Amino acid sequence: MTAVEETEGRNGALPPWVGRLGRLLVTLVITLVGLLFVTFLIGRVVPIDPVLAAVGDRASESTYHKVYLELGLDKPLWEQFLIYVNNVLHGNLGESVLTNRPVLDDIADTFPATLELSTFAILIGTCVGVPLGVWAAVRQGRLVDQIVRVLGLVGYSAPIFWLGLTGLLVFYARLGWVAGPGRIDIAYQYDVERITGMMLVDTLLQGQWDAFWNALSHILLPGTLLGYYSLAYISRMTRSFMLAELGQEYIITARVKGVRESRIIWRHALRNAAVPLVTVIALSYGNLLQGAVLTETVFAWPGLGMYLTNSLGSADMNAVLGATLVIGAVFVALNLLSDVLYTVLDPRVRRRG
Amino acid sequence: MSGALLTVDNLRISFPTRQGRAEVVRGVSFTLGRERLGIVGESGSGKSQTGRAILGLTPPPGRAEADTLRFDGRDLRHATAADWRSLRGRRISMVMQDPKFSLNPVMSIGRQLMEAAARTASSRTEARAKALAMLEAVQIRDPERVFHAYPHELSGGMGQRVMIAMMLIPEPDLLIADEPTSALDVTVQIEVLRILDALVKERGMGLIFISHDLRLVSSFCDRVLVMYAGRVVEEVKASDLMQAKHPYTQGLFRCLPRIEGGTRPLPTLQRDAEWAR
Repeated sequence: MTAVEETEGRNGALPPWVGRLGRLLVTLVITLVGLLFVTFLIGRVVPIDPVLAAVGDRASESTYHKVYLELGLDKPLWEQFLIYVNNVLHGNLGESVLTNRPVLDDIADTFPATLELSTFAILIGTCVGVPLGVWAAVRQGRLVDQIVRVLGLVGYSAPIFWLGLTGLLVFYARLGWVAGPGRIDIAYQYDVERITGMMLVDTLLQGQWDAFWNALSHILLPGTLLGYYSLAYISRMTRSFMLAELGQEYIITARVKGVRESRIIWRHALRNAAVPLVTVIALSYGNLLQGAVLTETVFAWPGLGMYLTNSLGSADMNAVLGATLVIGAVFVALNLLSDVLYTVLDPRVRRRG
Repeated sequence: MSGALLTVDNLRISFPTRQGRAEVVRGVSFTLGRERLGIVGESGSGKSQTGRAILGLTPPPGRAEADTLRFDGRDLRHATAADWRSLRGRRISMVMQDPKFSLNPVMSIGRQLMEAAARTASSRTEARAKALAMLEAVQIRDPERVFHAYPHELSGGMGQRVMIAMMLIPEPDLLIADEPTSALDVTVQIEVLRILDALVKERGMGLIFISHDLRLVSSFCDRVLVMYAGRVVEEVKASDLMQAKHPYTQGLFRCLPRIEGGTRPLPTLQRDAEWAR
């Protein structure tokens, strides 16, 4: 055994994923501090007087001054930042002027709605988009490929509010196949106890089947619509990744071995295409989780997008910053998740870690 | 005719271009018994496409046609996808050029070997045993470790030995080796070739050895086809290659460096438009 092998052997005593996890956590903390810093700066840079927003424009000079001191605006900027970080770490995102409630409570109400809708959409986008993309790649240039292309093009170019309104008109008003705007009928609304804030999950956990089907009927249209948008993107990317993989030499090797075509497509090519696809899907999911303002508005879906837009409209900076922070954190978490999936999917990355 | 394993008559391979179909192989004919046939030619001469056409792997939209394409009594011209699948691997196999690209990067060596072994083995245990035995046969010292490794963890020479092992597991009757050593270091080349040579001899299979290396082919094969611009310009016994008649082959030989008595600088190959007709 050479010296090099020996050191490798000693490191092997501690599983390699421990070191990787440590590095990952350090990166995570640095990213999050950066995120806090940026949101803090946004709050200071925008031309909105936080005192005025809190006390209103009819308050007296002395009240204004008192609040000014209370908010710590006389302190140096770095101290304000530390206070801000400290508050955030204690789960204090300030109060919303608009709702008169802690911003954290507002987000705890709105975010699950967005999370539910986004997850529903990304599941459709992935479960339909990936096979469609694979199919289009395998039948490149044929009819299926053209259909998938047109489908994607429509997904890109048709305005979502138009599709949403048309969908409501056809499937809700005319055909009555799905429920209308909102997350659940009022009849069920107060029976469902809030556990996760996600209607489908909560009703399931409580075994309220009627309410579950009702909530599903509500989410079907907006969820499918958003799913269609991510599907358009995911299927296109899947198609091009698959085409790249199917042109590789190892595919010919598999053919020479006499491997079944279906196995070549799903086990050889897609397994390789899955590595970059993970990032595409994670980013699509991230975009959805920002809250789809237009969809949420059309379908009266009380999600993060609507909350953020309303807060912006009334210069409610605490709410805006809180929501921005959550969106940022979601992106960081998704990036982390796709990094982890990368190492699971690609042995070449596994080694380097 | 009875002794022939493979008969190819007037093989033509063409690809559509904007100016109509471009023929890259224009009427190649040869027969092959259980012997070692070398195909030499420069890049673009159609030697690799000839090898792939025998496996029905002409990449679409390319098209391969022939007057006869017969393997062991079966007409390959009208083979269906299922026919091809039953032939590939089990009867005809191919070692590809560069293990860096020809092995699936995210699948362990073991699983890739098992795919080949599963076709002729009755159980997983048997397939596994076959795979490990084959790794040993290509002189891999630690088969168990390589079995669990991924392609990027192997050197080029090891990768190519794995490739050879994979293609020989189902014990095919005909092996096509498409530049099997071109991506390897010179020192490793000889070693890999020796292993390939020994296994082919031992199992008595036919071999088509495709290469651009005239000297390598002449020392390694029984018979040599020299291809130029999609045609076979010369067919000679390897031992007679020095007496080749075609000016292209002679020209190639003149361009090879010699240890003593060679001319310097080496002459450039003077092409004659006549050869490509």
